[in-house]
Amino acid sequence: MSSKYVVACDESPASDRALQFAIDQAITSGASILIVHVLEWSPYSFLTPEEIEERHKRRKEELSRAQSALIDGLVAKVSSAGVEVDSTIRYGHTAKIVAEIASQKKASQLFIGRTGDGGISARVFGSVASTIAQISPVPCTIVP
Amino acid sequence: MHNSKFIARVMAPGTALVSSAASAQSIDETVNQVFSNSTGWFVSFIFSPFPGTSFPWIVAWLVIAATVFTLYFGFIQFRAFKHSISLVKGDYSDPDDAGEVSHFQALATALSGTVGLGNIAGVAVAVGIGGPGATFWMILAGLLGMASKFTECTLGVKYRNEYEDGTVSGGPMYYLTKGFAERGLPGGKILAVMFSVFCILGAFGGGNMFQANQAHQQISGILGGYPGWITGVIFAGVVFAVIVGGLKSIARVTEKVVPFMGVLYVGAALIILIMNYDKIGWAFGQIFAGAFTGLGVAGGMVGALIQGFKRAAFSNEAGVGSAAIAHSAVRTKEPITEGFVSLLEPFIDTVVICTMTALVIIITGQMMIDPATGNYLVEGGKIMTEGGTSGVGLTSAAFGSAIGWFPYVLAVAVVLFAFSTMISWSYYGLKAWTFLFGEGKSKEITFKVIFCIFVVIGAAANLGPVIDFSDAAIFAMAVVNILGLYFLMPIVKKELQSYLSRLESGEIKKFK
Repeated sequence: MSSKYVVACDESPASDRALQFAIDQAITSGASILIVHVLEWSPYSFLTPEEIEERHKRRKEELSRAQSALIDGLVAKVSSAGVEVDSTIRYGHTAKIVAEIASQKKASQLFIGRTGDGGISARVFGSVASTIAQISPVPCTIVP
Repeated sequence: MHNSKFIARVMAPGTALVSSAASAQSIDETVNQVFSNSTGWFVSFIFSPFPGTSFPWIVAWLVIAATVFTLYFGFIQFRAFKHSISLVKGDYSDPDDAGEVSHFQALATALSGTVGLGNIAGVAVAVGIGGPGATFWMILAGLLGMASKFTECTLGVKYRNEYEDGTVSGGPMYYLTKGFAERGLPGGKILAVMFSVFCILGAFGGGNMFQANQAHQQISGILGGYPGWITGVIFAGVVFAVIVGGLKSIARVTEKVVPFMGVLYVGAALIILIMNYDKIGWAFGQIFAGAFTGLGVAGGMVGALIQGFKRAAFSNEAGVGSAAIAHSAVRTKEPITEGFVSLLEPFIDTVVICTMTALVIIITGQMMIDPATGNYLVEGGKIMTEGGTSGVGLTSAAFGSAIGWFPYVLAVAVVLFAFSTMISWSYYGLKAWTFLFGEGKSKEITFKVIFCIFVVIGAAANLGPVIDFSDAAIFAMAVVNILGLYFLMPIVKKELQSYLSRLESGEIKKFK
């Protein structure tokens, strides 16, 4: 059974590097890659009545935009390297969703870019990468 | 010679200012006159009492309906309370539905529309006229009203229009039309049209004028008296920027701050109650005694009852149908879940927040008692208060007597609550408007501009005619809506039974 790598992707350069690193690893190890893109969303936020009315439509637009502007390109990149690839777009808290998927899909490794906000901001508010490091159920690689 | 000229020159701008203030004052008066003259007949009709009594038929209508729904659904508000909380927490939310409107969001938005000046100022009016006993009837009306909300919000989701572009339109005008047609009953469309008309009036009245009026009263109480239309114009300008200009950022900030202010308000009330813990027993004693004897208020026990029921209905909008418009946009396969979630609203709005306001007013001793009889001193149909305050001023004085700086916080809270209620009701009114006149940009703008004009009128008019018209318009919505609910409630019962049996059998999945 080939192993599975979960790669958390967004539109940042660090994420590109993480994906490239995962591809390189996968070529050697023969693993497949699952690209995960998370749209930050909380069920506990507050909306205006108009936002509620439009939400379903917005959601469809957001999903299709993420698919065409980001995911399709990444999937093509992985395929052209000869690695088996799958993708999913989800809503929620990024670190939590990525960790959940890694566990559900029994991934052997998790890759994520370190978006290098650094400094005080990351120290006070945390970053997705550092949260993943804390909660990941599988070995995780943080790519700078 | 020189002196008198000098004095005259110095006095001139002063007199100009005084005379312009005087003419600004009379703008207020003119607005007030015109308004009370044109709405008087409508108000009288809605609030006409049963012959030979002083009991308005509309109050009976609302409470009987709430009682009927409570009994018909087997006290659903108590049976399903825990399940409602689970739904809001997201225990039954499918992870694949993440990104759609959550139950919490629907509840928060609907609450942000109902929690407004009714909770702060309206309660003060009720307690000021009906005495502490009004609180008891208010809580009772709140508990009963949960069943009305449950019914209408379920129907709102079940009979909404879903358009190709993914947007939805729902509410009483839709369930009256479609639901009646489905049951083969005539007259659905007529009721829907009547409801829409009253909803537009309600949006202008309670959702708009009353909010602006009381917001101005609180602000001018802090800053010093100045003509109401000035507050009105400023408010109207901001509302215009949001609903016409699409300046969503303001609305978003408000939506986020309002819940926080709500928590702060209840927190402050609790602190005041704890500060006066020795009087809590007395306060509840007053409430119970007043509920059944009146303790000297105008109209006695019935007076307390009427005021309590009126305020509860106005504040939590149970049976009015507005919440059904808000909840109808939630994406869910089970319409009844929105019913469950919505029954929390009258509880939070009336049983919690309104009661907090009432308790603070009672416990801080704002209302004057005749030491000889233990009854309240009544003048002109109202209880006499320390400082002669009424409405939001009474609430402000009550909080201020315990926490000196709270009136300033209250002013901020009042402005935010007023604003968020206005935004929500502009939406409800717009939905009713487009139901009547069709969708379309220019039609929407027409409504929105008229809405903003009413903000100015509301701020300028006196509390009396404004609150009367606001009440009347909103209750008129309830007349039509509840009539529809009586005919459609069997549909809700079927949904309820189906859902509950599937919940028990485990067919409805719990995800957390």
